[in-house]
Amino acid sequence: MWCFSQVKGAVDDDVAEADIISTVEFNHSGELLATGDKGGRVVIFQQEQENKIQSHSRGEYNVYSTFQSHEPEFDYLKSLEIEEKINKIRWLPQKNAAQFLLSTNDKTIKLWKISERDKRPEGYNLKEEDGRYRDPTTVTTLRVPVFRPMDLMVEASPRRIFANAHTYHINSISINSDYETYLSADDLRINLWHLEITDRSFNIVDIKPANMEELTEVITAAEFHPNSCNTFVYSSSKGTIRLCDMRASALCDRHSKLFEEPEDPSNRSFFSEIISSISDVKFSHSGRYMMTRDYLSVKIWDLNMENRPVETYQVHEYLRSKLCSLYENDCIFDKFECCWNGSDSVVMTGSYNNFFRMFDRNTKRDITLEASRENNKPRTVLKPRKVCASGKRKKDEISVDSLDFNKKILHTAWHPKENIIAVATTNNLYIFQDKVN
Amino acid sequence: MSQKQDEENPAEETGEEKQDTQEKEGILPERAEEAKLKAKYPSLGQKPGGSDFLMKRLQKGVSIISYPLLLESKGILMKSVEQKYFDSGDYNMAKAKMKNKQLPSTGPDKNLVTGDHIPTPQDLPQRKSSLVTSKLAG
Repeated sequence: MWCFSQVKGAVDDDVAEADIISTVEFNHSGELLATGDKGGRVVIFQQEQENKIQSHSRGEYNVYSTFQSHEPEFDYLKSLEIEEKINKIRWLPQKNAAQFLLSTNDKTIKLWKISERDKRPEGYNLKEEDGRYRDPTTVTTLRVPVFRPMDLMVEASPRRIFANAHTYHINSISINSDYETYLSADDLRINLWHLEITDRSFNIVDIKPANMEELTEVITAAEFHPNSCNTFVYSSSKGTIRLCDMRASALCDRHSKLFEEPEDPSNRSFFSEIISSISDVKFSHSGRYMMTRDYLSVKIWDLNMENRPVETYQVHEYLRSKLCSLYENDCIFDKFECCWNGSDSVVMTGSYNNFFRMFDRNTKRDITLEASRENNKPRTVLKPRKVCASGKRKKDEISVDSLDFNKKILHTAWHPKENIIAVATTNNLYIFQDKVN
Repeated sequence: MSQKQDEENPAEETGEEKQDTQEKEGILPERAEEAKLKAKYPSLGQKPGGSDFLMKRLQKGVSIISYPLLLESKGILMKSVEQKYFDSGDYNMAKAKMKNKQLPSTGPDKNLVTGDHIPTPQDLPQRKSSLVTSKLAG
């Protein structure tokens, strides 16, 4: 039973483009939640320590740090504008007191260090407290500076900038389980980086054809296996996923496994390829399965079986009869993401009209919920929603034609350990919690 | 008698065929949608040198999607493409043309056809980073 917990962001309908949320990601402990937006800014929320008195809800998320990660640039050589929009954020596992995350726009990946400062030195001899220098002749006694507590200050600083390695737009970054390397993928190439080395990277996948006239598919997403540091997958615009083993060769152009569901040729239509394009691929925490999201469905694949997915869940099948208009308004190209819960038993993805869907893999039950300010009293239980495809609309159902296609939920995230989810509408971030009792 | 049968049989067949098509469209709403689309954009499906188009998109720095035919036949100019490809010859030509035109105050007009209005560095909008804090942090 999902309840409203919090909503962040402006209430007004007039959304500034910079405020459009472009990525949402919990860190490995779930204590921190990062969002990136089209304006190149990152906002990090921290879960407050559990209030023992209020045991019916888990801690709330409050702003911890915010910084400008990327700025707009202009490539004079190619006469191109480089957007500052944050495409992806990925957290590094915590190694010391500071937190680290990778954030990327279309061209440049940055490693950010977020650290806390809660004491400062006081009592310098040659400097006043405000920083002005004292006239040495006025100093009559010497004192030893000491550290005194101060109000917590959270500072973000860019520690590494990984630039100039991508000709095309970066769509994914993924940190390896060795915690030393990571990959970045654009439309045609995937590069392998070492977190300490910014002046070079290895190209590990290159699908650019010698003759560009022969280009038929592009890379849409890529991810490292959660446990095997030599394995990664990448998905394509044609609905295939390739699993590659970096031990096989330096350039992993030849896949070790190819996951593709055979298509019935008699069902083929003009839209088939477009809606089969995979917009997101995510490994399960166990590493045994992977999930892909295409326009209308979510598929779970067993890594041991390449010829078809083991589970398929329809997200919004009622849109199949609306493909013409969805093509005209470009919605058919929307890139929805998907995520697993901590135990890999439930998967979640977004839809239109600010609806999002969850599929329980064990019970085979699914639910549609809405992220809306209508239910914004804390601990209000969310009412399941239903879309009526055709014919008679029952009370409380919403018809397909009334769906607002401008209200899309592309980014969702699930706390790695608890039943807390973060759902991003266009410019608002909703946090929902499962009822504890 | 036999004549009557002959008349009946063709009618039956047509009836069956009709049912068949209807079934097909019922099973494949995609096909019905496809028909709708082709009715609106008759040039769809014809190959206008698709990968040239894809290449252009690659060069323009917009995320590629491998639907060259579709995009061109849409007749809709690519969204969010403010930059235009140019080489030095075009650049000089355009500069000469531009001198006679009033420079736009807010940057290149997105609705103008490519090639006619090539921006110079001066009339690109000054893209300043958002100094405003995100509303999520408010």
